[in-house]
Amino acid sequence: MKRIEVVQSILEANDSIAARNQRLLDENEVFAINIMSAPGAGKTSLLLQTVAHLRNGLHIGVIEGDVASTLDSERVRDEVTAVVQITTQHMSESCALIATMVDSALKRLPLGDIDLLLIENVGNLICPSEFALGEHRKVVISSLPEGDDKPMKYPIIFADADAVVINKLDLLPYVDFDIPSFQNSIRGLNPKVKFFQVSCKSGAGIEDWCAWLLQELEDHRQKA
Amino acid sequence: MHELGITESIIDIVLDKAKEAGATRITEISLVAGELSGFVPDCIQFYFDFLSRDSIAEGASLHFESAPAQFRCRTCSAVFQPNDSSSDCPECGSHGVEVAGGRELYVKSMEVE
Repeated sequence: MKRIEVVQSILEANDSIAARNQRLLDENEVFAINIMSAPGAGKTSLLLQTVAHLRNGLHIGVIEGDVASTLDSERVRDEVTAVVQITTQHMSESCALIATMVDSALKRLPLGDIDLLLIENVGNLICPSEFALGEHRKVVISSLPEGDDKPMKYPIIFADADAVVINKLDLLPYVDFDIPSFQNSIRGLNPKVKFFQVSCKSGAGIEDWCAWLLQELEDHRQKA
Repeated sequence: MHELGITESIIDIVLDKAKEAGATRITEISLVAGELSGFVPDCIQFYFDFLSRDSIAEGASLHFESAPAQFRCRTCSAVFQPNDSSSDCPECGSHGVEVAGGRELYVKSMEVE
């Protein structure tokens, strides 16, 4: 009997594939966003609004990881440069995208023709926070009906976010969601985070969000 | 249910290390999983029993050590365990914290023959 000290991160394999994905994206000058939220918070709706606002100036690609999404409609396919739906054999039981899934999706996208890649993760606030995909920015959507206590329950996903989009603002009169307290608890964990208040239904706030996205894309290009 | 992928990674790591050490059987594997990492030990055990079949890791017992969630105050550096209602520092009362523990997920050690 012999004891071997290992101390090796189990996520190391995922992290190295994610780093490789990012190199591939950088070589092709693609700016990638990982969009995460609980189920029903509005990932697909935000994606559709974003595409509608930015498609005239940018070539947009989409990786669709959310099994419950209805994004694969012909309408969206017409509006973006390319869409890949991730349907691996593991996908039906997966609670998050992992770097290998994105790796195979990237091989099916015309990366040279894409400026902005929107990756819609699986609806979940725990699992996606563990798996880097190769993205340049992480965005979390929280919708008002979910309640304002989520940052305390799921601190990691909020601690790592570059931006938090508060969606379904049109429901504010009907729910007890304290926006300042919600923002305050996230700022405690993550002082640099940006907040956007939107209604994907009415379109309110979408311009601010898209302006930020464009600015981040521009900053990223300057640095490259 | 990303425990499936996680378990595959665990098996890759231990088989690799066992080979390096010239071992013929893995009897015990010690894992550290932080409270904030969201992994379910029973689930990893379930997949492990299935995926390790016919390998030198078959029948190995898995031991899980939990690492507590910890925040560190950005002002006074006090380390404390968060609760569900507030992340303010209990020492100095200030609001900014960083996650200091609870995200760990690694293979710590193993016993081989």
